[in-house]
Amino acid sequence: MLPWLTSRLAQSLLLIFILVSAVFFVVRLAPGDPLDQVVEEELGPADRELMRQRLGLDGGLWQQYGRWLEALAHGDMGHSLRQQRPVTEILAEALGPTLLLTLTAYSLQLILVIASALVMSTRRGQPLDHAVQGIGLTFYSLPFFWLSLMFVLLFSRQLGWFPAGGWESPDAAFYSLGERWLDRLHHLVLPATTLALGAFMGPARYLRAGLDDVLAQDYILAARARGLSNRRVLWRHGLRNALLPLITLMGMWLPNLLGGALVVEVVFGWPGMGRVTIEAIWARDYPVVMATTLLTGVAVVVGSTLADLLYRWADPRLRLPDMADSEGSRRDAS
Amino acid sequence: MTLPEQKATAGGPRPWWQRRGLCLGVALTLGSALIGLLAPVLAPGDPAAMGELSDRLLAPSMAHPLGTDLLGRDVLVRLVHGARTSLMVGWVSVLAAMICGTAVGMAAGLGPRWLDRVLMSITDLFMAFPRIFLILLLVSVTSPSLVLIMVVLGVTGWMGVARLVRAESLSLREREYIMAVRGLGLTPLQVARRHILPGLWPTIIVATSLRVGGAILSEAFLSYLGLGVQEPMVSWGGMIQMGRANLVDGWWLATLPGVALAITVIGYNLLGESLREWLDPRRQAGGLDD
Repeated sequence: MLPWLTSRLAQSLLLIFILVSAVFFVVRLAPGDPLDQVVEEELGPADRELMRQRLGLDGGLWQQYGRWLEALAHGDMGHSLRQQRPVTEILAEALGPTLLLTLTAYSLQLILVIASALVMSTRRGQPLDHAVQGIGLTFYSLPFFWLSLMFVLLFSRQLGWFPAGGWESPDAAFYSLGERWLDRLHHLVLPATTLALGAFMGPARYLRAGLDDVLAQDYILAARARGLSNRRVLWRHGLRNALLPLITLMGMWLPNLLGGALVVEVVFGWPGMGRVTIEAIWARDYPVVMATTLLTGVAVVVGSTLADLLYRWADPRLRLPDMADSEGSRRDAS
Repeated sequence: MTLPEQKATAGGPRPWWQRRGLCLGVALTLGSALIGLLAPVLAPGDPAAMGELSDRLLAPSMAHPLGTDLLGRDVLVRLVHGARTSLMVGWVSVLAAMICGTAVGMAAGLGPRWLDRVLMSITDLFMAFPRIFLILLLVSVTSPSLVLIMVVLGVTGWMGVARLVRAESLSLREREYIMAVRGLGLTPLQVARRHILPGLWPTIIVATSLRVGGAILSEAFLSYLGLGVQEPMVSWGGMIQMGRANLVDGWWLATLPGVALAITVIGYNLLGESLREWLDPRRQAGGLDD
């Protein structure tokens, strides 16, 4: 277990390092001087040079790269070009709303995934199975930002059930703590539901396939033969075993969720990372764009590492030493 | 990180919608392609030309079946022309991704082992990343244009194809007929091109058709953000953006382009799913992955 753990962690760290470098070089090697995107053209040469130094754009590419790495190591992600404050401050503000939104949507999605997989697998080939598949495929094919807009149109503009955007009411500052959170929950319903609905079908279909597999096993037959009720067989013997791959799956699904969160945040005006990213792109505020991209990438790497660890822990078969060497057998396995 | 290999599930009759799915998928994709190709004939005139002042924001009627927008332009005409943009971006970017992905996948699957490890690490790296952030990062450092969108979508879309092609190449290279042609003294390149590539076509075709829909949606979202196709070119995503300001009093403006997008994308996804089933019954389960 330990050698595996070390190599897995080393792999994740390497991935993060490559990510950091890639973000840097994509921005710096893009055609044009990044300075031109920031300052007006009529700026004198002396002022330009001053600006260049202040933004850390002076010196050679590798020098800049070294400085960027060094600053990052100290937790310094640079200064926003538009907001006159450190990027970390902007990120810290956006992190809370994004976590609230994604974690809620993730939990909702998990419930949707398990429920729909159960329905599809137990009603296999029946109308209900087809109905769930059809609905899932439709949601999967819908433009996500448009679905969000339609929800705003229907549930907030027409029916008035939920607020159309933002994550709290304008006068939220005057609320008591309890009221404030109720207000946030009220704002959360639409975006979180949209996010969960948009992409539940991918993992659901994998889980369904796993469930189909498990339910065809001999031990399920044996459990039935012992006279256990269908429900007990399904939940205790079937689902429990089929849930194992779901750990990996939800880890792999994290990028999709974060991508979806970006879309939802933009449409609903949710003050999270996605919105910050888009606004920074509109404003050509590239230090912010670099930072949010980086942070999202790190979140994904950490998520998939955690999923791997969790999987190891949950599946006792993988703790055997001779099976722990996944790298060697990878080429044949996949 | 790969998913556990799925065993073939027990047979049983195929559900009806999957067989109808193929027909419906073909009908929808062909239909949208025809509309896109014939746009100048179906809806002659310039879709960007502004209409009369009195024509602004008209609800659907006989003269304008799908209403008009804020600038008095006919929504139906614009929808028809928007199909061209969506399909062009979808197809060109996916074809580019397919070519890159096939090249990388075949090199990894058939080449030396170190190359496999290097290429697959790069693929994993790209895949680990939320694609939309990658796209936005690339778009943010340049100025938006049609060509840029196609390039960026292609550059960020090859990984899934590469992995599928690699897996299939690994299995094909061990087949007896490949051993046989190797024994005949063909160079590895010849073997790859003449004997392995044909065996890869089903995988490639399925992967391609499943990805067109995703590419169309990405373009629409980018255009919605104003980072994609620029005016005067018509894009469904851009139309939705414009309709946002009149979400209630001009509901057709934001709603209809989304419906057009949904129908087109459902067509491609249905086609891809049914093709997968038809060409590759072993991998019936799972799917919808990227």
